[in-house]
Amino acid sequence: MSESEFKLDYVKKDLPLYVRNVGLILSAIGLIIVVISYLADPVRTAYNSLILTAFVVSIGVCSLFLVALEYIAGAVWSVVFRRISEFLSTVVFIAPIIAIPFLLNLHNVFIWTHTGTVAKDAVLAVKAPYLNVHFFLIRFAVIFLIWWLFYFIFIRNSQKQDITRDQKLTKINIVFSGIFIPVFGFSISIAGIDWLMSIEPKWYSTIFAVYYFAGSLLAALAALTLIAVRMNEKGLLIPGLMKDHFYSLGALLFAFTNFWAYIAFSQYMLIWYANLPEETFWFINRTQGSWMYLTIGMAFARFVIPYILLLTQPSKMNPKRLKIAAVWILLSHWYDLYWIVMPNYSKHGIAFSWNEIAFPVLVLGLIILVFYSRSRKVNLIPVGDPKLKRSLEFRL
Amino acid sequence: MKEKTLFSITGLFDSSDEIGHAVEAVVKAGYKKYDVNTPFPVHGLDTKMKLPPSKLGYFALVLGLMGASAALFFMWWSISKDYPIIIGGKPYFALPAFIPITFEVTVLTASVGTVLTMLFLFFRLPNINHPLQDTNYMRNVSNDKFGISIEAEDPLFEAGKVKDFLKSLNAQDVGEIYFEEDETADSTRIFSPKFIAFLIVTAVIISGVTYFTLNKLLFMDPFNFMEEQQRFAPEGQTTFFKDTRMMRTPPAGAVARGAMPYMFANEPDSAAKELINPLQPDEKTLALGREKFNTYCSPCHDYLAKGNSRLMGQFPNPPSLHSEKVRNWPDGRIFHVITEGQNVMPSYAKQLEPNERWAVILYIRALQRAMNAKEGDLK
Repeated sequence: MSESEFKLDYVKKDLPLYVRNVGLILSAIGLIIVVISYLADPVRTAYNSLILTAFVVSIGVCSLFLVALEYIAGAVWSVVFRRISEFLSTVVFIAPIIAIPFLLNLHNVFIWTHTGTVAKDAVLAVKAPYLNVHFFLIRFAVIFLIWWLFYFIFIRNSQKQDITRDQKLTKINIVFSGIFIPVFGFSISIAGIDWLMSIEPKWYSTIFAVYYFAGSLLAALAALTLIAVRMNEKGLLIPGLMKDHFYSLGALLFAFTNFWAYIAFSQYMLIWYANLPEETFWFINRTQGSWMYLTIGMAFARFVIPYILLLTQPSKMNPKRLKIAAVWILLSHWYDLYWIVMPNYSKHGIAFSWNEIAFPVLVLGLIILVFYSRSRKVNLIPVGDPKLKRSLEFRL
Repeated sequence: MKEKTLFSITGLFDSSDEIGHAVEAVVKAGYKKYDVNTPFPVHGLDTKMKLPPSKLGYFALVLGLMGASAALFFMWWSISKDYPIIIGGKPYFALPAFIPITFEVTVLTASVGTVLTMLFLFFRLPNINHPLQDTNYMRNVSNDKFGISIEAEDPLFEAGKVKDFLKSLNAQDVGEIYFEEDETADSTRIFSPKFIAFLIVTAVIISGVTYFTLNKLLFMDPFNFMEEQQRFAPEGQTTFFKDTRMMRTPPAGAVARGAMPYMFANEPDSAAKELINPLQPDEKTLALGREKFNTYCSPCHDYLAKGNSRLMGQFPNPPSLHSEKVRNWPDGRIFHVITEGQNVMPSYAKQLEPNERWAVILYIRALQRAMNAKEGDLK
């Protein structure tokens, strides 16, 4: 069937205005609390900014990864949802802004920035060529530049296709996806190791980057699912979306929930079994005092509960239950990052108060605002994509 | 020739699209008892046929949970309860180490069990007959056609009407399928000697080929660096040491781990004076002493230490231990005899640990007391 015969039943609709208002209000409130929090306790705010930078990068970069994955795998069913991932990937631009508090307080967050301590410590001295402030900032800049570069390539070609309907643009994006995916593997590993793992620079775990990736992709998928279901409910997406499309999202969420559990358990079991002091202390820190409850809670929040929520076939086909699962997974990703970062701020017990709320509110508002502004000028469906017809006809 | 019954009326279609439309029409016409046969799984047919969701998932869930609990229970029972083993310094019930096995057993029981459930419960396995078997219809639908078969048991079934209906859907080869009543009831064919023999031969061939391939043809040493490590053989030669011997003599004054050197060699009198029995004559010690005495001493000294043992006459008999001399010996003197030997008696230091020797001495004291009881003992 040729392109011209396919009549697309799509009318561009804008997101309702209240979305922007909610975004504005949340951002404003969030910004105010963040500023107060920073004035009151800069170090604590820096730790929180680290958590949320990792969170925003999770959603942004892994959304970009999902776009690339769709191109390179030739996936058909997800074409109708691609714009949502594209819009979400825009949040990689706000990540450096979120990161400002911890970049200003590197000295308080990362022990390897203390040159005197590093000089005395044989382990840290060996790692100094990698873990030093200059190289850290260079890596920070380079990985963001790479992500931005690929963002512009993918998004520009994708949006150009809406007008020109040129199939070559898909091919170009496929080639760039092939380049992006290994680059993504390295850059997300650098992000995970630099920002999350190097808070405890003496800790050894070869699987940590994969752990961060697994949780991140889960978060990006959950954000995509949540927004896709919500927009479909409001009739903003194209008519004709079937439960088959949503089932696929649910199946991916379920699969990556299991993947996360597999990776997390692999990391824990190997460290537990080998019982080497340079590995175990990380987990021992997380069992001190009330951290123990959060550590046990992790297994339930990130694996058992989403597993039960998504286990049955009807639960993956029912948009309402998918939405609950998606919100839960997004929250549990923040929980995961909090659990990784905060035991270094408060060694003996959980530290949770209004300071921890500030950044999530700000980030939620900013993501909504970014999503809203991106969705205004662009079609919510890639109308020029040659796979769109097949995507609409996708059945399990 | 037996009488044949009408089973169903069948029609064939060329493509998965056509069969999809046909199924929709059949559902619309209200037929309930019908089946669709296709050469490959056609997506979406189950929703068009309005089939309820399969119950197989529940079987998988239950089987998986059973596998998980069975694996966990067996590991707990075998290495935490019945024969506790410490592995790698972990607790007896080392849950993280059990998880991978629990996971594997869960997957195994769930998958194998689900397949077996499907074969026996849904396909009624011991019965391998079906009216559609060995018909032209089945030959076609297992090759390149898509077939629909409306069964005679359907309440709306009327042979002529169904035929016309199928023809109106552009079905090809509309025909009737007959079967013999006893044909479907025959479930014994699976137990026929021919079939059983075939199964056995297949099993033998497959396991034989697998065994040969894995154990002979493709056999490789697994990592063997513990087997193949460099080591010194006791009688070997080496250039590493000056005296070219591999076997080394321990340095002067070295003591084996846990060993206590005997300090009164050839000095029975000082042993008698210096050594003091560290044990108390309680029930446990005396039981140990009796056990060791009966094992090592009684062959010559006799169970009652009188010297008339079962080996009497084969070599010079030991004197009775109830003599005045032995009764007056201090414990240390007897200890010296056990440790060093005396006359024909060899040293029993290898057979008896020091504390066992002391226990034996206490037991001998008990025997002596029993043979020469004092008046006061009766009270």
